[in-house]
Amino acid sequence: MAVKVIVEKCKGCSICVNSCPFSAIEMENKIAVIGDACTGCGVCVDECPFDAIEKIEEAVKKDLSAYKGVWVFAEQREGKLMPVVIELLGEAKKLATEIGTDVSAVLCGDKVDDLTQELFAYGADKVYFADHPELKNYRTDAYTKVIQEAINQYKPEIILLGATHIGRDLGPCLAVRCDTGLTADCTKLEIDPEDKKIRQTRPAFGGNLMATIICPNHRPQMSTVRPGVMDKAEYVAGREGVAIRLDVSFGDDEIRTKIIKIVKQAGELASLTDAEFIVSGGMGLGNQEGFELLKKLADKLGGTIGSSRACVDSGWIDHSYQVGQTGTTVKPKIYFACGISGAIQHLAGMQSSDYIIAINKNENAPIFEVADYGIVGDLYEVIPAILEAL
Amino acid sequence: MKILVCVKQVPDTNEVKIDPVKGTLIREGVPSILNPDDANALEAALAIKDNDPNVKVSVLTMGPPQATEMLRECLSMGADDAYLLSDRAFGGADTWSTSNTLAAGIRKIGDLDIIFAGRQAIDGDTAQVGPQTAQRLNIPVVTYVQNVELAGDKVIVQRQMEDGYELIEVKTPCLLTAVKELNEPRYMSIYNIVDACSKEITVWGHEDIKLSPENCGLKASPTQVFRSFTPPTKGKGEMLTGTTAEVSKSLISKLKGLHVI
Amino acid sequence: MIFNEQHELIRKLARDFAKKELTSDVLDKIEETDVFPEEILNKMGKAGFFGIKIPKELGGAGSDHRGYVAVMEEIARESAVASLYVSSPNSLGGGPLLLSGTDEQLKKYLKPVVTGEKILAFALTEPGAGSDASGMTTTAVEDGDYYVLNGRKTFITMAPLADYAVVYAKTDMCRGAKGITAFIVDMKSEGVSCGKSEHKMGLIGCATSDIILENVRVPKEDMLGELNQGFTNAMKTLDVGRIGVAAQSIGVAQAALDEAIKYAKDRKQFGRRIADFQGISFMIAEMATKLQAAKHLVYDAAYKKDTNQNATVAASMAKFYASEVCNEICAKAVQIHGGYGYMKEYRVERLYRDCRVFTIYEGTSQVQQMVISGQLLK
Repeated sequence: MAVKVIVEKCKGCSICVNSCPFSAIEMENKIAVIGDACTGCGVCVDECPFDAIEKIEEAVKKDLSAYKGVWVFAEQREGKLMPVVIELLGEAKKLATEIGTDVSAVLCGDKVDDLTQELFAYGADKVYFADHPELKNYRTDAYTKVIQEAINQYKPEIILLGATHIGRDLGPCLAVRCDTGLTADCTKLEIDPEDKKIRQTRPAFGGNLMATIICPNHRPQMSTVRPGVMDKAEYVAGREGVAIRLDVSFGDDEIRTKIIKIVKQAGELASLTDAEFIVSGGMGLGNQEGFELLKKLADKLGGTIGSSRACVDSGWIDHSYQVGQTGTTVKPKIYFACGISGAIQHLAGMQSSDYIIAINKNENAPIFEVADYGIVGDLYEVIPAILEAL
Repeated sequence: MKILVCVKQVPDTNEVKIDPVKGTLIREGVPSILNPDDANALEAALAIKDNDPNVKVSVLTMGPPQATEMLRECLSMGADDAYLLSDRAFGGADTWSTSNTLAAGIRKIGDLDIIFAGRQAIDGDTAQVGPQTAQRLNIPVVTYVQNVELAGDKVIVQRQMEDGYELIEVKTPCLLTAVKELNEPRYMSIYNIVDACSKEITVWGHEDIKLSPENCGLKASPTQVFRSFTPPTKGKGEMLTGTTAEVSKSLISKLKGLHVI
Repeated sequence: MIFNEQHELIRKLARDFAKKELTSDVLDKIEETDVFPEEILNKMGKAGFFGIKIPKELGGAGSDHRGYVAVMEEIARESAVASLYVSSPNSLGGGPLLLSGTDEQLKKYLKPVVTGEKILAFALTEPGAGSDASGMTTTAVEDGDYYVLNGRKTFITMAPLADYAVVYAKTDMCRGAKGITAFIVDMKSEGVSCGKSEHKMGLIGCATSDIILENVRVPKEDMLGELNQGFTNAMKTLDVGRIGVAAQSIGVAQAALDEAIKYAKDRKQFGRRIADFQGISFMIAEMATKLQAAKHLVYDAAYKKDTNQNATVAASMAKFYASEVCNEICAKAVQIHGGYGYMKEYRVERLYRDCRVFTIYEGTSQVQQMVISGQLLK
């Protein structure tokens, strides 16, 4: 969508200039002129008292065919690429191959030339890079401006961003500025074999529902992608590509936030309810020391340990670790039930975990009824083997 | 000082269940609640008001007429007044459309110092409407805010990162999106409930906020739902067999294949 | 509709509050220590639970009896003892003041009770005067600008925690019920002491004891209401109190029913859920039906109060039926749990003990039947 001024009707009142949220309208010789920053939002059309601005719809629909190539936002922090960028490059390659186009990375930072080589090695055919002291750390206004200008100039058909705290800030701003759609936190991307448009699948309703989203009539098609989901691109040392420098300049007050300081904090011990991984033990541990083995596995996964009621009652572990009816109800990504028989009171507190893995000597233990994967065996043998396989 | 809080009424996704036979979502009987992150946003605004009785806190939502229930809850927590953007034309909106409608409503309310919103709503989990609304209003935005301090015409906020936070200074007017670490939302109080029930809630349709129907709702949404489906339900579990080393390796490769580790 | 939007919001508030604050960890600790956390009481005060139906001018929240019932029911559903702390200022504590207090007294005593700063106990019962309150032997004798009180009150809820107590005493020994006057007694005055805390079967976490009055000098301005009008004040207060106990009863009964249903669906015996046995499923049907009937009696009594109808019989019926049915439902819930129901780890064990007093305090079931039949047969 776009808007057009009907010159004969314009009285030069400037109401539209003041109403435009993007400061895209200027007065020239007492006639309103729509500038490049216009997103077609239509505010001015409704505001104009003389009906002098009209919307031009289908007629001047964006020429979608002008948009080509798959872009990846090469998010860097402290001069290092985020791991998700490599996953995005891997995914972008697959998509680009199906469409029959190339993969580019768009990189912002300060003295980040080295990263262009790394991006080529991971499969970027082109790297658009903006190098400027103001781009050292991510700031919404600065990155949005630079990348929006690049999009307007080079017209990619697809842009992928990592669904990080930065990607999920930048993506929405770019989408509005470029007047296009954005699908958040995608876990699966496919190309429609017929029309070569992207299909973006994402969880909704707290993971109870999956939705496949399309963006048929706007370009670029944009997605933020959940980290850790896509396969990483392969590193090919010495692979070459084309580096294209982006012009960067900022006016006064154009970047409206200031970073006072950046504070790093070591990850605190996850609580049971927030933990993504829980390694829980029952009477099958045999003794209190068994929890140390479980802790090794939990630490390796970045999770925490849990317990059945019986272990708490035996004084092996504090009540705060107890999972079940009289303890905490948990819903981690993976719940390891080690030496837990699976009393109904325990199951009530953990059966909605995404994946349940049961390790138990007794093949008839009820825990196997709810387990996605069951292993019959001695946990003191199985867990060390799992640690080794990880 | 005038503060606006953008809120949304959402189904409590913790209560959503899947029909085991049909594999469809059971929405019946699922309670509608104030979106949790939005409650943190409202608390942040009310905490500012606690310290300065001259602060006025308004709440704004876009939704069906029954969203007034949630707005009454916001008033019962201590908000001064409430606005509902409700119109058939607003239905089916994606984040592009929603932010366009909210921005139009905010322009009509006008003259605000801080706009708070929740980071994301639990029914969609997009986290897009907050920053997109700020873009449309052409004001600075900080997302993932976990601490707020006022400093004259500036606000000093902590922006949560995966491994810590950034301390950011931003001038008002600005839009801030709240994460749950920001605060502990207060309860309603019976004192406020009694008052809230006698307050008038302002309801605006598309004409009131000068938005043509083509610019809102489904019609204006660039993205469309192609299809939706329930994730495959858990079949009966699989017993892994073999030597200890074999089952361990096979378990890890299965989990990696599922992208859970 | 009995409940309007205001009542629904109040119920939601109370439900959210109870679920979030009264967790099983907190409740276990209360049971263990017999102490109710002050922090939760402060939060209750902020939420307005202590002055639900007290007018705004007097520092209250300005809702009504239906609002009060909703809070009592939802709080009791998680914790019966917590609901005692809600009922005290709203009913037995605030009630006598609201009925007969002067402006001065309301300002001095009611306001701090409504905000939760002070606790006020209701001291009517005596070792020899329970259901027959007019048989009390505590005396108040005029002496200049004072009344001198002597006697012993028993089973006084929260006496050891209280800052003040409304004490009923005989000012005219010859006139029975018509010789009783109410006084506001500062618990720190000379001559006031508390007996040892009672060891109760349930409602652990709310100290109950005797109050002993030995030559306690109460200034005349702390006389509550008119001379010899105290009995009417006490009876009218109990009228409201009954609705509170009735509301507690339906809250606890709901909790017992919820637990029974959950357990019956989870527990498997003989290869199927015990809920699939008719012996269990019919029990649950009966529990649910009786609970529903009790709820309607309670809501009806509250509605009558709010619309200024005579609610005495309605309140007695609600208290009588709801408390009896609550005991029945809790007993059945324990039965459905089998051996587990007898163990302290399971909620129904506590519910069973807590509800036992509901048919006893604030007028036994038998007194309620006297009230009801008395009205019908006069």
